[in-house]
Amino acid sequence: MPRLIKDRAIVEDVWTLVREPAPLAALPSGAPIIVPLALWLQERVALSARGDVGVWLKPDDDPALLAEDAALLPLIAIDFPKFGDGRGFSTAQLLRNRYAFAGELRAIGDVLRDQLYYMQQCGFNAFAVRADRGLEDALKGLADFSDGYQASVRQPIPLFRRRAPAGAVRDHSPAANDP
Amino acid sequence: MYRYDDFDHRLVAERVAQFRDQTRRFLAGELTEDEFRPLRLRNGLYIQKHAPMLRISIPYGVLSSTQLRKLAHIGRKYDRGYGHFTTRQNLQFNWPRLEDVPEILAELATVEMHAIQTSGNSVRNITTDHFAGIAADEVVDPRPYAELIRQWATLHPEFSYLPRKFKIAVNGSTVDRAATLVHDIGVHAVRNEAGEVGFRVLVGGGLGRTPMIGYVIRDWLPREEILNYLEAVLRIYNRFGRRDNLFKARIKILVKERTPAVFTRAVEKEWERLRGGPATVPDEEIERLGSFFEAPPYAKLKGDDAGLRALTADNRPFDNWVRRNVFQHKVPGYAAVTLSLKKTGVPPGDVTSDQMDAIAALADRYSFGELRVSHEQNLVFADVRQSELFRLWTELKGLGLATPNIGLLTDIICCPGGDFCSLANAKSIPIAEAVQRRFDDLDYLYDIGEVSLNMSGCMNACGHHHVGNIGVLGVDKNGAEWYQVSIGGTQGEGASLGKVIGPSFAAHEMPDVVSRLIEVYVERRHEDERFIDTVRRLGLEPFKERVYATAH
Repeated sequence: MPRLIKDRAIVEDVWTLVREPAPLAALPSGAPIIVPLALWLQERVALSARGDVGVWLKPDDDPALLAEDAALLPLIAIDFPKFGDGRGFSTAQLLRNRYAFAGELRAIGDVLRDQLYYMQQCGFNAFAVRADRGLEDALKGLADFSDGYQASVRQPIPLFRRRAPAGAVRDHSPAANDP
Repeated sequence: MYRYDDFDHRLVAERVAQFRDQTRRFLAGELTEDEFRPLRLRNGLYIQKHAPMLRISIPYGVLSSTQLRKLAHIGRKYDRGYGHFTTRQNLQFNWPRLEDVPEILAELATVEMHAIQTSGNSVRNITTDHFAGIAADEVVDPRPYAELIRQWATLHPEFSYLPRKFKIAVNGSTVDRAATLVHDIGVHAVRNEAGEVGFRVLVGGGLGRTPMIGYVIRDWLPREEILNYLEAVLRIYNRFGRRDNLFKARIKILVKERTPAVFTRAVEKEWERLRGGPATVPDEEIERLGSFFEAPPYAKLKGDDAGLRALTADNRPFDNWVRRNVFQHKVPGYAAVTLSLKKTGVPPGDVTSDQMDAIAALADRYSFGELRVSHEQNLVFADVRQSELFRLWTELKGLGLATPNIGLLTDIICCPGGDFCSLANAKSIPIAEAVQRRFDDLDYLYDIGEVSLNMSGCMNACGHHHVGNIGVLGVDKNGAEWYQVSIGGTQGEGASLGKVIGPSFAAHEMPDVVSRLIEVYVERRHEDERFIDTVRRLGLEPFKERVYATAH
């Protein structure tokens, strides 16, 4: 069984990703599946009766289409067809903050170590790292930074509401103006 | 200037460690060239013609003398003893070794510097007016807001893989010295009738392949909403900006294709969802950032220095320098001085390590240990006592940094061009030098008066050729280097884009072409009319006629 990173640990992946739209009867049964958004929207009633169905979004899919389903879905995956395509970061942020999705939010596709920290800040908690790369190595990417300036899904309070006032700390820092 | 606290130090240290490991993995073959490229680019590292090029961030162009000494040291130890100041107020080294870059970054971190987001598809260095804090026409000091935006944009988790690069400029004066109309986002700090600070927000300006002037999408934004509003703009851009075609990926194309009105509605709708949220900036934070930019301990002086007038009356070269390179200061008895990096024979913006050390020493003695980089690729001492101008001038002359040509034809903005850059179609530095040599007669240069000549070696427009009164663009014709000339561009308030005058020229024709353009102006100008105003009054025709009648 393939493995992935979930909640900062390497675990077995019980979900089957259905990449292409297929008739209901042709879908794998007996194990949980992740279906394309278009199929979900089309067969919503039948699929939600199964109970073990997640949905995956393309970069240009509108997460607002899942506004009502977000509370029901156990898993949403966001596809990164190319490493440099950053739309999925916004999609994740919206699903978490605007549509209150609380289930597993999974990054799929060209998912590599060096984006994992950003993905995690945007609300992803599961990472299906590209099959040719080691999960142990990728796991390190989650710890690249200990904190950031911005408000994010993972840290909703921006740094300026948390940091010490000016002068409190900076006098002890290695001074840029020391002779 | 802004000083790091423990948090800032840790973040930069973590970034250095991250890049060190990325470089290690690349050199060990664990990352392919294609995988490493976006990682090194977001850290300012290009692979150029001869060697990697490393671009170091100088936030809104403010540098301490200590930082400049470190840059001098890096130039000596890891490069060939010089650096190049850019139109984004940054510094580039043209010859570092890839293996050395992590160590260079570690050295930079010791003086609170880095190379974060100096390239790549992310928010680039925030730029502003190089006279911020000292200009008499300033409404609001833009630096605290530039720093606020810098921090917000740094390693932004949602906006680090944008469709294309993203440039933000902040201006706080009635005169726009930050070229905000040709930025992806231009922010004007303004005051309303009640005296409250807010922002006018422009979106969709830019140069490059499709030059455009930005649209005002909001006349007044309460200052505490600035980060919420930027988040709204960036989210719309990140989600809907084009990713199918590199040349159509800038936000200006999205604004144009959707129309400014539709784009604005989308931003406003998104902002309504964010307004008043956690990223709303409290007054305390603005005060905290403002405290880093308080005025230095000026001497209390009565007014303009009386001795200065006597010195300028007696000394023509000094008078020339004061007229061109000295800018009025809002504090009585002080002045801002521009160090010209446009000496004939030296590539525009280039400074040697020895010069950097000498400049740092002068900054300590004459200007409270700080200096600024202008987007015209010169350096500025912002706080010099007028009574010390003569001494400073004497020292700068000895360093080759007192060329009295600021704002004149030879103060050329110029990218590194085909001598260094692998994107360039043509060389730009030799053309700049040829034009400078042609106009080496100072009397004639002064008689011509204010003219900007901007030159880029390719479409990417690093030399801002569209907004030069005279713009020169290097083009490739069947493998040969040619130059397309435009006139009528300006930056700042009422910015306009130049119009191409006709077929392009060979390199050896360029000094003549510029001479002809200037001749038409000198013959036909009205009294006190600048080159740009004559071009606007007469249109392109008389200039075209002269250039093509004689050059071909």
